[in-house]
Amino acid sequence: MPGFLFAAPALPLDEAGKYVAGAYVVFLLLLVVYVAIMAAKLQRMERELRELAGFAENRVQGEEAAPTDREGVSA
Amino acid sequence: MYGKGLRPLSIATVAMIAVAFSLVFFYAPLDADQGFIQKIFYLHVPLAITALVGFVVGAVFAILHLRSGDRRWDAYSYVSIHMSVIFGVAVLITGAIWAKASWGHWWVWDEPTLVSFLIVFLMYATYYPFRYAIEDRDRQARYASVFAIVAGAFVPLNFMAVRLAQSLVHPRVFATANGGLPGSMMFTFLVCLAAVALLWVTLVKLELTAKSASGQLKRLRRALDAPASGGGSPRIAPEVS
Repeated sequence: MPGFLFAAPALPLDEAGKYVAGAYVVFLLLLVVYVAIMAAKLQRMERELRELAGFAENRVQGEEAAPTDREGVSA
Repeated sequence: MYGKGLRPLSIATVAMIAVAFSLVFFYAPLDADQGFIQKIFYLHVPLAITALVGFVVGAVFAILHLRSGDRRWDAYSYVSIHMSVIFGVAVLITGAIWAKASWGHWWVWDEPTLVSFLIVFLMYATYYPFRYAIEDRDRQARYASVFAIVAGAFVPLNFMAVRLAQSLVHPRVFATANGGLPGSMMFTFLVCLAAVALLWVTLVKLELTAKSASGQLKRLRRALDAPASGGGSPRIAPEVS
């Protein structure tokens, strides 16, 4: 790896290097922020889906239980 | 529906960006005039080209929406513009950094290239309040499409006007009489352009997938929220904000 770095053109970390590093870091930072926002969205959707699945299951159980109750009343 | 092929596309994008950045720092020669600062060119210019093309792509999708009435095209148009605005933020910040390093100023108001891009960016920044000020979904989609078409037509016109204008300090690199880029720089630039364009496509696909999943969830909630056939079923959970 160090040999690979030596083969590269000069990577000056003087005044110019700081600006170049700044530009590329800004780009990567924007990308990371975007991906983090999307990850948060995905988590929220997952939570909502889990919640909906729970309510759907409760509803099915409620509907299954309801006819039995009615049968009990009529008897 | 939109998520199909997202994983290989994401892997290809990461690989392409890695290759592009490697070429920038380990292959492309230093610029004789600007030196190391010129490395920002390989990021700033592809981002600007992709953002501007993305705005035009958004206009094309808007035309398809108005022609067909299919809401899918409106979603494509919205996401294309949304992604291009994000890329526009990156263009403005990287451009300002480059300007400070080269010219000693973060911004030069006399420079047509800078100001024209800012105008385009601000114009598209009004797309969001304009779109979401309309409550009716169909009208919102229609009006947003008209906006996208008009603004999309403005982008190439604006680009041509800037090319014809007398530039003060902003360099003209492509298609100029007094020279362009040498081969190795051009190759690196094209790889960077392909990488940034691929990133735009991947992020558009990701955003569409998320929007589609969110829409499906809303549909599911509405279906579950409807009264059961037996009647008297309790309402489902409140919407998660």
